[in-house]
Amino acid sequence: MTALLQVDDLTKYFPIRGGILNRVVNNVKAVNGVSFEVRRGEVVGLVGESGSGKTTVGRTLLRLEEATSGRVRFDGTDILSLPKQDMRRYRKRMQIIFQDPYASLNPREKVRTLIGHALSLHGVGTASDREDRIVKLLEQVGLSADYLDRFPHEFSGGQRQRIGIARALAVDPEFVVADEPVSALDVSIQAQVINLLDDLKDSFNLTMLFIAHDLAVVEHICDRVIVMYLGRIMEIAPAATLYANPNHPYTQALLSAVPIPQPGRRRQRIVLTGDIPSPINPPSGCVFRTRCPRAIPDCATVVPALKSVGADHVSACILTT
Amino acid sequence: MTPVPPLLEVQDLQTTFTLGRNVKIKAVDGVSFSIQPGETLAIVGESGSGKSVTSLSIMRLLPKGIGEVTRGTIKLRGRDLTSLSEREMRAVRGKDMGMIFQEPMTSLNPVHTLGRQIAEVMIQHEGLSAAKAHERAIDMLALVGIPEARKRADTYPHEMSGGMRQRAMIAMALSCKPSLLIADEPTTALDVTIQAQILELMKDLQAQLGMAIIFITHDLGVVAEMADRVVVMYASQVVETGSVQDIFYRPRMPYTAGLLNSIPRLGSNAARKRLETIPGQVPMLSRLPAGCRFRTRCTHAIPACATTEPALDLAPDGGEVRCIRWKELSLAEGLPA
Repeated sequence: MTALLQVDDLTKYFPIRGGILNRVVNNVKAVNGVSFEVRRGEVVGLVGESGSGKTTVGRTLLRLEEATSGRVRFDGTDILSLPKQDMRRYRKRMQIIFQDPYASLNPREKVRTLIGHALSLHGVGTASDREDRIVKLLEQVGLSADYLDRFPHEFSGGQRQRIGIARALAVDPEFVVADEPVSALDVSIQAQVINLLDDLKDSFNLTMLFIAHDLAVVEHICDRVIVMYLGRIMEIAPAATLYANPNHPYTQALLSAVPIPQPGRRRQRIVLTGDIPSPINPPSGCVFRTRCPRAIPDCATVVPALKSVGADHVSACILTT
Repeated sequence: MTPVPPLLEVQDLQTTFTLGRNVKIKAVDGVSFSIQPGETLAIVGESGSGKSVTSLSIMRLLPKGIGEVTRGTIKLRGRDLTSLSEREMRAVRGKDMGMIFQEPMTSLNPVHTLGRQIAEVMIQHEGLSAAKAHERAIDMLALVGIPEARKRADTYPHEMSGGMRQRAMIAMALSCKPSLLIADEPTTALDVTIQAQILELMKDLQAQLGMAIIFITHDLGVVAEMADRVVVMYASQVVETGSVQDIFYRPRMPYTAGLLNSIPRLGSNAARKRLETIPGQVPMLSRLPAGCRFRTRCTHAIPACATTEPALDLAPDGGEVRCIRWKELSLAEGLPA
């Protein structure tokens, strides 16, 4: 598989302004030198807790936020340096599914318009072609054509997420960022939407970056998983490897913290102490060291690089040999 | 079951919401359960199942003029709370029953320091002096694992992280050593490593203080870890109850089995099989199907399900199930043993 998306040293700082001159007094270091690739046809999971920078990575890739530095190559082209008007061509090829199906659909637009906008904006087909395509899309996401003239408030959360998915897929993108697409949904509906994404991935030939905090969902749907903590990548591995054989102390703690729906099953749990530090002043060296049960003095001075620890498996910990 | 009388006994509770002229829905419809001293009971259900309204009904914190308890009794150590005056109820809330919510930011007062908020509870309920209450508040903050409790007592809620705020909420709820703690999705808004801390803390505190906990959640992993017994709710009704072992390994109600089958499980990637789903969606309470409320989504439904309103049957092991076919179905298949 070749890389469809190649991310090099991506950094995004959000400036904090203050004082009477409104100068930049500090930065929220949301994403701090992140590099990874997404291969064609692959679903890559991006997991981490609040403040890990996972959502910012997704938004920066699509230039919904402008990166502070770094390079993102999509199908060989550095899209971060493209002028705005040239970016539009790439927008058609890269879409996003948002977390909150209540906030991401305009409440005053009917389903027809919500999905149709994307088509007319990118000049796909004639008006009647578009109508056919919208109906087909609705069917593909499991909604009936009777819903064309309904408004978002007439739908349940799961149905709205289906509309959001139909909208993202309307322009036939190659690459989709799915930002917590099922975390606002009830358990029984979540399973429906996960299966739907699985099917659509095949029928639309999608490459996907699946951002989520629910590790079980990520394991279920992803081929490879990237674990982030405080703006940096801790570990990247094939899904099965990551869950069976996590290398990084953070990944190990994260996995052990997930409650397992099997009462009576005893597990070794690593309970991390303390809170995630502020991304304004992340710890020196390894950002995880302040909560790491295995930290040594050197962890404060060396920023660990991602090292190979197995087949297609890298981890950023100086204790890894 | 032990012959100890229950700490809390909810009998045939019905809570009605008035949503406009002549629009009334039963958000809780004939719910009964009880909880023993020191026990942890989980109430599980999806959005709109009535699990949170049940807890708000017990605490009498329903939105005024919209929701009210229209039938049933709620007995705390034999005393019916529904017949208490607002004033008497205030004495029960906070003292005998504490409550923690999903989002601590909305339940803590943003203009008071933590120490003051916690002290207030003890001044009100235990008649402590301000100085004494402040000292006890600091003890409580230390008990819930807030570092530098004395210093933190003087901070405001917005100065703390989500996990620390949830600890502060627990400190406040437990400050008068209630015999019952109602926790409504207490870890849903938290990250998984912080959730693990809070769950451990709740277990420790329960062991130390001996309170019973009603744990309301949609997260079956959390239920498996915390609960002794489980009440499953669907469309305002209890559809199954049982020990946590029975519910997870031997479910009797197709809805419970459906929920268990539809959750992705960590460490099962090798198979990468499709998730089983419960088709359709939760019915609107204003348009419930006739007969069994779950039948339109149930893969085991037969014509009789549309005509019979299933009763909550008592099984020999003490569990309860609302399904006319429960004796003939075996639903444990496919679930991890």
